[in-house]
Amino acid sequence: MGLSDSTAIAGTVPESRRSLAARLRVIFMRSESLRGYALLSPTLIVMLLGMCLPFALMVAMSFWTQRGFDIDISFSLTNYGSAISSPIYEALLMRSLAISGTCAIVTVLLSYPMAYYVAFHVHRRKMLWIILMTLPFWTSYLLRIFAWKIVLGWNGVINSGLKSLGIIDQPLEFLLYSPTAVVITLVHAWAAFAILPIYVSLEKIDRSLLEAAADLGDGPVQRFLRVTLPLSLPGVIAAMLLIFVPTVGDYVTPALVGGPDGIMIANMIQAQFGKVNNWPMGATLAIVMMIVLTIIAVVYIWLTRKLAEWIS
Amino acid sequence: MSDVGYIRRHNRPLYFFALFYLAFLYIPVLFLPLFSFNDAIYVAFPIKGFTTAWYEQMLTNEPMHAALVNSLKVGAASSAIATMLGIFGAKAVTKYRIKGEKPVVSVIMLPLVIPGIILGVALLILLSRIGVTLSLYTVTLGHILICVPFSMATLMARFEGFDKSMEEASADLGDNVWWTFWRVTLPLVAPGVIASLLLCFTISFDEFIMAFFLAGTEPTLPIFIYGQLRFPQKLPSVLALGACILVVSFVVVFVSQWLQRRDDPAAQGLGN
Repeated sequence: MGLSDSTAIAGTVPESRRSLAARLRVIFMRSESLRGYALLSPTLIVMLLGMCLPFALMVAMSFWTQRGFDIDISFSLTNYGSAISSPIYEALLMRSLAISGTCAIVTVLLSYPMAYYVAFHVHRRKMLWIILMTLPFWTSYLLRIFAWKIVLGWNGVINSGLKSLGIIDQPLEFLLYSPTAVVITLVHAWAAFAILPIYVSLEKIDRSLLEAAADLGDGPVQRFLRVTLPLSLPGVIAAMLLIFVPTVGDYVTPALVGGPDGIMIANMIQAQFGKVNNWPMGATLAIVMMIVLTIIAVVYIWLTRKLAEWIS
Repeated sequence: MSDVGYIRRHNRPLYFFALFYLAFLYIPVLFLPLFSFNDAIYVAFPIKGFTTAWYEQMLTNEPMHAALVNSLKVGAASSAIATMLGIFGAKAVTKYRIKGEKPVVSVIMLPLVIPGIILGVALLILLSRIGVTLSLYTVTLGHILICVPFSMATLMARFEGFDKSMEEASADLGDNVWWTFWRVTLPLVAPGVIASLLLCFTISFDEFIMAFFLAGTEPTLPIFIYGQLRFPQKLPSVLALGACILVVSFVVVFVSQWLQRRDDPAAQGLGN
């Protein structure tokens, strides 16, 4: 559409007599890409400015240094030096990666059967199930963490419940303020990010492939391992990444349920912008975290591609 | 028909797993409303007795009301602006074949995979260097950035579904681009637009990580709640507030999801 108008213009007016503006207009009307970009431009400009400017400045700041209450804006690698040399940052980063990695794996393992059930065994009211599975995700993040604090707390639902039933005398202390509590809370919070991609990839599987496998003599287990699982891997792979990356940067969950052993790298970053008041160091840590995450993501995607090639 | 009947058959273990999974998703959250009616300061079993005192306390809590109003303002502004940007973006991507569409769309979707703390901290640095005072406006700015990807994804699904010939017919009948959009496109995509508005509002209303860095002296509701969590004697009224928020957001999201998925988008514009 629209294309017909522009060819009409081009056909009636000789090339030489058209003004520059008209010629630009024709170019514009003829090029679908240009018109697309024109329509896209408000969104693209806002998003580019909103992300690029802050990132550029954050990179710049990571090379500055904090001196008392002032910031020295001469170029220096001091922050990166201390980020790499001090063991506390490395320990926190490794712990964050471990917690988020565990969380991503556990969430995917728990969500796969659920997504499988809805994709293959629910026939009526499928939409209701999908909404039910994703609804908690849309409710307040803070309240969900708070809910787990109530459940796991020293005097919380599990402990006080078990105590009033007479099963335990002393509250179980390992429940709250531990890395385990962080993992449980995060698995609960990010479940939708595993269910949806896995569900979509399972739903897309051509059912006739399963019939073909059955006709060729595969049993249910073989059919799952040779047809369903490989074809649903894209969803699984996407889910792992979608959960892993943002959870590394979470500081609210560790702050509320992690305790001293559950503190993560993002808590350190937040502290630099808060009570420690060393913004350049905070910027450096944020960038180091981004770089590590990007490397992990790239290696992960590369590995999974290789794996996919190797399978097929 | 070969033997894939096992798929159609009811699978009992999987069914129980699914129920267990839903329980895991919902039960912890449901403790908030349960304990919000409990007549005790401490959140613990056994339940002491029924009371609505915490709700009454909530009704007279002025700072809480102020925070609620702040959150409503930020949510309304950021959902409206993000949805507008989402309409432009989704329309452009679905209507035209754009060179380099994939990378461009990925850039717009980036906030989905960037940890919130990074975006929040980077914006904080920028705003403080150019001397902008932190306020509800800066929170709104941050929320627009994280809402646009959700809005665009919601709307793209909707725009892809409808029949282009409706728009072409309108154009052929002499409507200009804006009239076509207003009279044909918008009514067709209205459910998508409403879904996007509701989702963006919910995201903004609940968002804490960025707001924590970008809010000035006026707290949004999550920031207010976070501040209250430190005081044990204030927990019950937070429970009451949390229960109210849960009920409202469950309803809002249910409606928006329903609107979005009610009918197969592919069937849009065909039947009637």
